[in-house]
Amino acid sequence: MATKSINTKVLVVGAGPGGYVTAIRCGQLGLDTTIVEADRLGGTCLIRGCIPSKALIHAASKLDDMRKHVGKGALGIKLTAEPEFDLGWAAQWKDGIVDKLSRGVDGLLHRAKVRIVHGWANFSDAKTCTVKTDEGDVTIHAEHVILANGSVATELPNLPFGEHVISSAEALNQTEVPKRLVVVGAGYIGLELGIAYAKMGSAVTFVEATDRILPLYDTALVRPVEQYLKKNKLKVHLNTKASGVEVKKGVATLTAKSDHGDSLSLKADKVLVTVGRKPNTQGWGLENMPVDMDGPFVKVDDQCRTSVSNVWAIGDLVGEPMLAHKGSAQGEMVAEIIAGQRRAFDPVAIPAVCFTEPEIIGVGLSPDEAKAAGFETKVGNFPLAANGRALSMEAGADGGFVRITARADNHVVLGIHAVGKHVSELSGEFVHALEMGARLEDIAGTIHVHPTMTEAFPEAALSALGHAIHA
Amino acid sequence: MGTYVFKLPDIGEGIAEAEIAEWRVAVGDVVEEDQPIVDMLTDKAAVEVPAPTDGKVLKIHGEPGDMVPVSSPLITLEVEGDGNAVDADVDVRPADDAAAEPEPTAKPAEAEAKQKPVTPSKPAAQQPTPAPARSQKPAGRTRPAGDKPLASPSVRRRAREEGIRLAYLQGTGPAGQITHADLDEHVASGQVAGSAGTGLVQKTGVDDIKVIGIRRKIAARMQDAKQRIPHFAYVEEIDLTELEALRQHMNANRREDQPKLTLLPFLMKAIVQAVPNYPQVNSNFDDAAGVVHQFEGVHIGIATQTKVGLTVPVVRHAEARDLWDSASEVKRLADAARAGQATKDELSGSTITITSLGALGGIVTTPVINSPEVAIIGVNKLVEKPVVIDGQITIRKTMNLSSSFDHRIVDGYDAALFIQKIKGLLEFPATLFTG
Repeated sequence: MATKSINTKVLVVGAGPGGYVTAIRCGQLGLDTTIVEADRLGGTCLIRGCIPSKALIHAASKLDDMRKHVGKGALGIKLTAEPEFDLGWAAQWKDGIVDKLSRGVDGLLHRAKVRIVHGWANFSDAKTCTVKTDEGDVTIHAEHVILANGSVATELPNLPFGEHVISSAEALNQTEVPKRLVVVGAGYIGLELGIAYAKMGSAVTFVEATDRILPLYDTALVRPVEQYLKKNKLKVHLNTKASGVEVKKGVATLTAKSDHGDSLSLKADKVLVTVGRKPNTQGWGLENMPVDMDGPFVKVDDQCRTSVSNVWAIGDLVGEPMLAHKGSAQGEMVAEIIAGQRRAFDPVAIPAVCFTEPEIIGVGLSPDEAKAAGFETKVGNFPLAANGRALSMEAGADGGFVRITARADNHVVLGIHAVGKHVSELSGEFVHALEMGARLEDIAGTIHVHPTMTEAFPEAALSALGHAIHA
Repeated sequence: MGTYVFKLPDIGEGIAEAEIAEWRVAVGDVVEEDQPIVDMLTDKAAVEVPAPTDGKVLKIHGEPGDMVPVSSPLITLEVEGDGNAVDADVDVRPADDAAAEPEPTAKPAEAEAKQKPVTPSKPAAQQPTPAPARSQKPAGRTRPAGDKPLASPSVRRRAREEGIRLAYLQGTGPAGQITHADLDEHVASGQVAGSAGTGLVQKTGVDDIKVIGIRRKIAARMQDAKQRIPHFAYVEEIDLTELEALRQHMNANRREDQPKLTLLPFLMKAIVQAVPNYPQVNSNFDDAAGVVHQFEGVHIGIATQTKVGLTVPVVRHAEARDLWDSASEVKRLADAARAGQATKDELSGSTITITSLGALGGIVTTPVINSPEVAIIGVNKLVEKPVVIDGQITIRKTMNLSSSFDHRIVDGYDAALFIQKIKGLLEFPATLFTG
């Protein structure tokens, strides 16, 4: 087959939320831009991560809500029969959303005049790659290369992925609800999916190697989630390491061992392994471009420059936090730097949300982190049980709260955290407050709409100042 | 409880006064007997002064840079028992508060006259210099060191575009937040030079650094040497190819206990060999008395850069040392000088000085004579160079010697012969050992 060749100003590798945003911004800035993607456009986030998981979680939560109306009923709504659930159907609905968004990305890239090459890129040197496409090999040479290769689910050597041992990607594409689901790894991905499956009717058991679930969040924030798990009979085995799996007659048996030496044997229809993600550094020729590494990640500076001139890297490939919005922000910045603007990646905070039941948000420093950083702090808490809107949406009874951590000397806000139903939608205001350098008085002095859950935010600020009205 | 006034003891023969280099204690500190309380600097060396007794520091008399005559109060301690309170409030040295309320025991005129040279910071404080000092920032709170500047994303972006480092700005917003108005003012103040985006900024601050301690000594000595001594310089190129071969051979075959040889011991050896023919270069000129002290022994000062500045430790009796011995002694003295541990004796008594900027490069230097000596030999960089020998161009290792002489004592003719003698000794290294 004849080899086509493309010379381009900018080559973006990977069309996830980091890569496609970079390419669109490059296009907007008038740079000749090419993007390479082997899968559909959208990356992990859109195809097998954030978006489909949220769709599935929504369907599961709706089903779970409806079940509360069966029998005695609730809120005056009574269902006479158990709702029927077809996971295959829900998955199709979810795929419809993914398709729509993926097509949307395609449209946006075209509008920005970005050349899209479908296929797997293999780099022979830092500025040259060959892409195997359906129409034959395409060799691309670029002045600037932006690596946005993302990350992949970590596989455990003693639990190889297969029909019964699945990663988060497969968990989003099931057509039948497994009766018994064992989730190995109780981080945010495992908990989000495990709770969703529990809502769909699976008997869910978590096996976690450390001594707590959601180790990235402080214990106060995690407590409402723990209470939910307990109340809904989701089992959690802490300090327990999965040692192997055996499949007999379509049933998997997971063996695990606790730190005390107790052996555990768990029968499951599916074993979901969510022990983290690792940067996607294999199989595309990274070894042929002599970029410096930072542990498993590609090393970059505060402008996302790698050690090789005009080779840039963004997103999951360059380090924690592995979050879509971080990659997008870095990508926008890199595009603008290439276009000659002066930029650096210097956010005050990168917000993180956990779509568990209830939801958790973290922005900036927790009280413990602030103390460790040497700050004297003022901390304010406001319980959602005292928020009218939360109660009116059945969202006030799960132990949720909003918490603000501020400097004691000048009241500049250092961190904002919340846990509770629907709190993820508050995260925008939280991070905005941090970026604008808000003080407790700024938040307390902003009139918030009544009745909304956002009222909990100024109340938490008032609480830090010592005079919350409703608590 | 009594008060003990500790006076500067006699810290060396013929020393009438010493400079306060650094206080080791502050008012309120509790000190123990023999604990070092202050570093004093005499003409030649630093001296640690220990506390005379246990006590609590009530007052320190003078700040770093002040000269203190021997037997003047240095520190006042609160001690058990009676102390020596009889003259506790006698303060002959013009300290700050002494100037404010005249002491009956001190002659005002004398105090006035003394004050000027010893406390240069005082008049400066009363009459601020017209140059903009860094402390003259307008409004805004000072941000504690290490705090990130507080600014919204749009302010951060604009600052980056206009090449302004937010770390250098003080914000006028709440909690010291940097606002767009602060950026406007910063730009209007002219502290941002050039077009937006060059990132180059005019710097207008001035640091006033008190010239004290070693630096003051260096300044005074250099001023004196250049003012009094009619220097002349003489530069000659020396072919060191043979000497380098010898040196490398000796280094390659040296015993474990022998130091590595640099060029310096060879040059010292050459000076030692040349001096008997031109004894006038190895002397001290006491111009006040009109006497030249011409020395038999050769004590070679080695100009040495230290953290605090230039010092000149002295290799004594170079004529009685072999190459290895000279090398060891140079290294020992340089280490001591750099560590600030060279003694007064090790820093005085030289009869001729070597100064070497060799490794740094430079073709020619015009060294300043280490008064009261009359000659200084400067070493420049050893380089490989094409040289014409017998009509052939060959590559040779050459080095310049840049020397200065006191023309009052050393005639140009003799200086040239002296350097030519050294050149001959170094170019034919066997003659170093035969004389």
